[in-house]
Amino acid sequence: MLRVEGLHTFYGSIEALRGVDLEVSSGEIVALIGANGAGKSTLLMTICGQPHAARGQVRFGDDDITQWPTHEIIAAGIAQAPEGRRIFARMSVLENLLMGATSADPQHFESDLTRVFTLFPILKERRDQRGGTLSGGEQQMLAIARALMSRPRLLLLDEPSLGLAPMVVKQIFRVIQEINEQQRVTVFLVEQNAFHALRLAHRGYVLVNGRVTMTGTGRDLLANPDIRAAYLEGGH
Amino acid sequence: MEYFLQQLINGLTLGAIYGLIAIGYTMVYGIIGMINFAHGEVYMIGAFISLITFLVLGMLGVGWLPLALLIVLASAMFFTAVYGWVLERVAYRPLRQSPRLAALISAIGMSIFLQNYVQVAQGARVKPLPPLIGGGINLMEREGFVVQLSYLQIIIIVLTIALMVTFSLLINHTRLGRAQRACQEDLKMAALVGINVDRTISTTFVIGAALAAVAGMMVTLYYGVIDFFIGFLAGIKAFTAAVLGGIGSLPGAMLGGVLIGLIEVFWSAYFTIEYKDVAAFSILVLVLIFRPTGLLGRPEVEKV
Ligand SMILES: Nc1ncnc2c1ncn2[C@@H]1O[C@H](COP(=O)(O)OP(=O)(O)O)[C@@H](O)[C@H]1O
Ligand SMILES: [Mg+2]
Repeated sequence: MLRVEGLHTFYGSIEALRGVDLEVSSGEIVALIGANGAGKSTLLMTICGQPHAARGQVRFGDDDITQWPTHEIIAAGIAQAPEGRRIFARMSVLENLLMGATSADPQHFESDLTRVFTLFPILKERRDQRGGTLSGGEQQMLAIARALMSRPRLLLLDEPSLGLAPMVVKQIFRVIQEINEQQRVTVFLVEQNAFHALRLAHRGYVLVNGRVTMTGTGRDLLANPDIRAAYLEGGH
Repeated sequence: MEYFLQQLINGLTLGAIYGLIAIGYTMVYGIIGMINFAHGEVYMIGAFISLITFLVLGMLGVGWLPLALLIVLASAMFFTAVYGWVLERVAYRPLRQSPRLAALISAIGMSIFLQNYVQVAQGARVKPLPPLIGGGINLMEREGFVVQLSYLQIIIIVLTIALMVTFSLLINHTRLGRAQRACQEDLKMAALVGINVDRTISTTFVIGAALAAVAGMMVTLYYGVIDFFIGFLAGIKAFTAAVLGGIGSLPGAMLGGVLIGLIEVFWSAYFTIEYKDVAAFSILVLVLIFRPTGLLGRPEVEKV
């Protein structure tokens, strides 16, 4: 479904991605783990054309979307809940969800709204509240819900557990699984904290300094001593 | 008292005009974080298009005034909007990823270019328009002093209020308005939810230019004379209004416009006309010392 080949991305003269290859198949949950600054967020953003890649290719389905404008990439069926959530703070929860539905057929809006309110009932209670007044966990739920409102085939999640209480992290990971299993949405998940991500994911990639250094099933990566040492020890 | 009331009416009229121009500054700043220094010239072009349309209608013999006004309004808004659109395309879009200073220089360059273009195309002399809408309502009369609300002032104030209401509804309740607010808050996230950011920015320039065109038409009718240089001072005043109200805030732009109009008129009426501009700018400085974000502005939230 998504195939990234030899991807290079620059911020000015900083080369954040140095030839990334990876693949996400339809129906999978794939995790990308790596230390702070490895280029994980840059990869998700480059897939969405923010910024565009300097070299290499992003293929989505049959299309080469590498140089497409972002709004066309979203319309093609990719959505992202980005790092830091980036909720529209001055808009209500409902308006944030309306924004998420920008590229969707307005006909589906009511049923999609019901769907995300079922996944995250707290958002229904907060629907007229400003996004900026929500707690961190609620904002993360809103970020995921907003991404779902465009009816994506591929959902990109950037560190959805960052800074949240363990209970909330559990709930969010449960919902991610539900979205994947019941609604057949393919998920590409970035996490710095690898334990939850690799347990949830079918497969995983490890990114170091803008390059993929390791790949395997979630279970294999979890069992790998190098990975345990680099990304798991000390926490969880 | 009568004198005061008359000045109040005059000040509100002038303020309405400044407010309409100020909206263009504030909207563009809100989205791309840049002052469109050519916006005053866009307003000047709106005034010229109004004048030209009036003259053409006169030659064609369109005598019924309400119809003529409507046609002029539509023509000024449309053609000025085209200028706004082209301006963004030519002068700003290619520089969006460049340093701020490049865009600023481009803006000032466009401003000079447009002034000279109109000067060459239309001549440097003042262009007069015979008064079209005379008369008014006498509100009060005492000892020979008449407080008059002219029909033209009524038109200006009513039209401004109507535009403001329409515009607020547009921003708060339509798809386009939501897209604009999203772009104001976070351009990158707006793109990530599927908004066509380029188109939204274009639309912002178009709307700002159309509102400035209405101001241009009003000024042409109100003062009866225009020249290629009117955009400069009006632009600075409207920009001051936008900053005074809180740059980025729409109600702020309107409030700022009205305040600048009132300050200017009252200062001329009670003190010295020569210092009216100094007065307006001094008030701006004072407000910015005590409220750096302007009267209705929000404190700038640092974006991550
Ligand atoms: N907007 C930016 N401008 C310049 N450099 C950036 C920007 N964003 C990220 N970088 C740099 O790119 C590299 C990768 O960053 P990022 O993709 O955010 O890593 P991760 O998400 O894995 O923590 C880092 O060296 C970071 O400093
Ligand atoms: Mg990151």
